[in-house]
Amino acid sequence: MLNISIPNNKGSYKQPNIFGYYGNFGGAYIPEMLHRNVEELRNNYLKIMYDEAFQKEFQYLLHDYAGRPTPLFYAERLSNQFNTKIYLKREDLNHTGAHKINNAIGQVLLAQRLGKKRIIAETGAGQHGVATATVCALKGIECIVYMGVKDMERQQPNVARMKMLGAAVIPATSGSQTLKDATNEAIRDWINNPNDTHYVIGSVVGPHPYPDMVTRFQSIISEEIKIQLKEKIGTELPNYVMACVGGGSNAAGAFYHFLDDLSVQLIAVEAAGCGINSGMSAATTQLGKPGVLHGSKSLVMQTIDGQVTEPHSISAGLDYPGIGPLHAHLYESGRAKFLSATDDEALKASFNLAKMEGIIPALETAHALAALHQMKFTKDDVVVVCLSGRGDKDMATYMKTMDEL
Amino acid sequence: MNRLEELFTRKKNNILNVYCTAGFPQLNNTIEVMKALQDNGADIIELGMPYSDPLADGPVIQSSNIKALQNGMTMQLLFEQLRDFRKEIYVPVILMGNINPVLQFGFENFCKQAASLPIDGIILPDLPEYEFENEYGSVIKKYGLDFIFLITPETSEERIKKLDALSTGFLYAVSSSSTTGNKKDFNAVEKYLQKINSMQLKNPVLVGFGIKDKSSFQSVCKYANGAIIGTAYIKAIEYSNNIQADTKAFLDAILN
Repeated sequence: MLNISIPNNKGSYKQPNIFGYYGNFGGAYIPEMLHRNVEELRNNYLKIMYDEAFQKEFQYLLHDYAGRPTPLFYAERLSNQFNTKIYLKREDLNHTGAHKINNAIGQVLLAQRLGKKRIIAETGAGQHGVATATVCALKGIECIVYMGVKDMERQQPNVARMKMLGAAVIPATSGSQTLKDATNEAIRDWINNPNDTHYVIGSVVGPHPYPDMVTRFQSIISEEIKIQLKEKIGTELPNYVMACVGGGSNAAGAFYHFLDDLSVQLIAVEAAGCGINSGMSAATTQLGKPGVLHGSKSLVMQTIDGQVTEPHSISAGLDYPGIGPLHAHLYESGRAKFLSATDDEALKASFNLAKMEGIIPALETAHALAALHQMKFTKDDVVVVCLSGRGDKDMATYMKTMDEL
Repeated sequence: MNRLEELFTRKKNNILNVYCTAGFPQLNNTIEVMKALQDNGADIIELGMPYSDPLADGPVIQSSNIKALQNGMTMQLLFEQLRDFRKEIYVPVILMGNINPVLQFGFENFCKQAASLPIDGIILPDLPEYEFENEYGSVIKKYGLDFIFLITPETSEERIKKLDALSTGFLYAVSSSSTTGNKKDFNAVEKYLQKINSMQLKNPVLVGFGIKDKSSFQSVCKYANGAIIGTAYIKAIEYSNNIQADTKAFLDAILN
């Protein structure tokens, strides 16, 4: 686990090179105003993360506060439906209802050790905002969450939760008023507050070292999957690991410890929205080109002139025109296969999982489940799906869908 | 000697650099705005290439970027608008913007076209010095363009020296760590500028962010070679029906 030697070449799947590159993607394309903070983080994150006292507190909170390890559940009826063996990694059973708490605990503890007094975060679906507000409440730290106005409307329960937890929720009113714009506003806040503030980025995006740091905090997901599979089926390697991808944090965590196990097929599922070619989509690998967004070079949905285009997905957490640089590299190198699911397919997959397994997934997660239909499994394949979050926050959308059915 | 060198040789103090967004307030205002700035006392023009997500900018410049894009401004169109601009504009002109549109246009193609006009220098705040040294700096040099780095009050002395060494033309001192158009504590700014002043940098220093009127212009000019005004000018012409008159009124209030 303690592996902090850094390759100096093009980076590996598991760690970027010293400039933050995974292959052709990554780096730190930031204005000088952010340099000192980002450099401070870059110089200290590995030292802090792998410090014994830090690990002790981090593991303690993951266990006693977040409720880890999360179960790896054999979904029997779903397995029968797809004539294979499907295991659900129940990140939805974490405190606050998604994998986001893993990273929020890690970064808030890290921010404390950097002496920061104020935490800012962006949020799309609100899960990262809620997780960050939660850990800040636990630690008694000021928390400000930026959220697109459109997302505040469609994820109202999470807005209320953040407020109840004592966070200030600031609406992002620019652009498409979603995750991209919330991220812009959080970055601007950080520029304006260079001394006392840590920016808790919620996904594997942003300037180096964020993609690597967030991936490492989320890698607990695949660390547990390996142990749990070994216990259940005698081998730690499944045939497939599937996860939804917006920025890509749950996928990065679910893939991480399998990256060098080439027999394991990694399946990332993007949000196709109304269809890849509908003009209303968030499938970045299909629609994007190499470019710079939010401080790193990756695949970005953009016009021919390099203006960032507005994505669309029914799920606020996947409604993002970029993707983490690790994922861009996994896509370009072919290490992971990228599929996509539409809004309607995701909705159907949510209702299916609710009826088949008694689990209501988040809309984001539902995209990974929807992609099961596109796969050709054999009876003996072992398929792990990262059930990244629960669907409570999406009940308004689900109720509307029920009315329409 | 290029235009920036010539300017800084001739004039050491009270240099006024004014930012405007290309294609703002109207698509075809670009040259008219530059002409008005030149006619009314601007020493340098910093021409913004609009971008959908300008991270370092406050709401005023953000909205000028969005307006320019809505007006239909593109990189291609900007170069077309600038094709004959040197027939009218003789002051140094710097293109300023975010890296992504430049990458999509093709970095070398961008430098080549800019140099052919000619443009004098480039500011790309989100092109970090590592990438500059590793890949882009040599292209910029090949076409004889100046590249101007930013420094802030948070930039260490060692790093200021490094960025000064890499910069040509001038060094852009951000007055305080903030997005454009924010309020400043001018006592802290003074201390910071005194420090820079004592460092004997090779480049002239222009101070930007938060300079909005005669008093803020004069106070930073005590310690630096000049200043950059952006947000206040964008506000002044946002709804203008007479760019020449509104620009004159704006610059007269600062310079006279």
